[in-house]
Amino acid sequence: MGRLRKLLIPGVDKKLLVRDAVKVMPDPTRRRFLTTGASLGALTLLTGCDVLDSSSAEEMLKKVSKFNDAVQSWMFNPNALAPTFPESMVTKPFPFNAYYDLDDAPDIDGKDWKLEVRGLVDNKKSWTIDELYQLPQVKQVTRHICVEGWSAIGSWTGTPLRDFLKLIGADTRAKYVWFQCADKDGYNSPLDMESALHPQTQMTFKFADQILPRAYGYPMKIRVPTKLGFKNPKYVISMEVTNDYKGGYWEDQGYNSFSGS
Amino acid sequence: MSSLAVSNDHADAATPAKAIQPAWVRVVHWINALAMILMIMSGWQIYNASPLFNFSFSRSITLGGWLGGALLWHFAAMWLLMVNGLIYLALGFATGRFRKKLLPITPGGVISDTKAALTFKLSHADLSKYNSVQKLLYTGIIVVGIVIVLSGLSMWKPVQLHWLVSLFGGYDVARYVHFTCMALIVAFLVIHVALAVLVPKSLRAMIIGR
Repeated sequence: MGRLRKLLIPGVDKKLLVRDAVKVMPDPTRRRFLTTGASLGALTLLTGCDVLDSSSAEEMLKKVSKFNDAVQSWMFNPNALAPTFPESMVTKPFPFNAYYDLDDAPDIDGKDWKLEVRGLVDNKKSWTIDELYQLPQVKQVTRHICVEGWSAIGSWTGTPLRDFLKLIGADTRAKYVWFQCADKDGYNSPLDMESALHPQTQMTFKFADQILPRAYGYPMKIRVPTKLGFKNPKYVISMEVTNDYKGGYWEDQGYNSFSGS
Repeated sequence: MSSLAVSNDHADAATPAKAIQPAWVRVVHWINALAMILMIMSGWQIYNASPLFNFSFSRSITLGGWLGGALLWHFAAMWLLMVNGLIYLALGFATGRFRKKLLPITPGGVISDTKAALTFKLSHADLSKYNSVQKLLYTGIIVVGIVIVLSGLSMWKPVQLHWLVSLFGGYDVARYVHFTCMALIVAFLVIHVALAVLVPKSLRAMIIGR
């Protein structure tokens, strides 16, 4: 099944790849190629792989994953709170986890950093870290569950995202809040509006009562205890309220987009 | 006399020997076999992303290629497993199959049949009746099947189904429960397939019914 991974290479959209390949073909070839219904599926068949490896299996799996998004959205209870724990149960040390080493994590100077706000909002002003620190904050001790299966309990303090969305006059009927981050290769992730408005979804500025360390996403991460860890972006630099599904770093590679807990 | 014989023949032809395994059991059995294999192989790949024990599964026996691919398979095959399993449970109760085939299970029966099996004296003349060891294993694996689905659901939705997670004693415990159930199913599968090969007519009954 190595092929499934190969077909889900970050940054390579197979439809675009085929489109680009077709563009460089001489005209008659291109016409024949298109009329015979060529696709990457045909290409992978030519390279000789078994039935389960074919892109039709991949298409089927993607469709089921979309169906699972809908099922999870239907199951999502906006009032169901993630279990909370006493602070004595916080995992020490709380794991650092990313697709790069800690040395390669964004090293952001808080003085230069600004949170950019875009999309369907009344007030698109950018926010400095000191302005954000002025907002009322709450603490939560919840379990962070990684898509890999491990979990760890953490103590996060920050402003409920729904309060901030209200403050900036966001259109909360929009479908998504899309976050962009400072991670190398440009991490980003869409968050469905229902989850964004969940009472425990938080713009996090502190871990264990200390200013959020670099390892956990300084200066700001989005803590969503009703989602798997990869839907909790760190080093956030912008948020956009939008009706468009803009994809995400891991979502585009095949992780289920809703990934709700 | 002759007319009577003819009508008897007719009666025989109209009601062929009753199938050892009815059609619905055979269909559900093989769908379950496929779903189980997909779930186990993709589950091994998911396990490898964060192993609970000091070993990983060889990639040659896993499905999905990497965590993301394995999760896609796991969360697709789960529907097959769950819908098929619910149909099996509903029909098993509604037709009385569970009651007739799996009960009663007595400790004495299990002990004597185990002894008979180990000394190759257990009769397989009537495949329509399960011996006590079969009754115990088949009932046991149904229970394990239910527990693996419930522990899986609690790992999939630990917030929405937090009461289920509590029932297992927490998220981390549910992972071990899920793994243990998988190990039991694989152990069952090894014995089940070995015995089907030893008594090939039982395999035939699960394919063509007789």
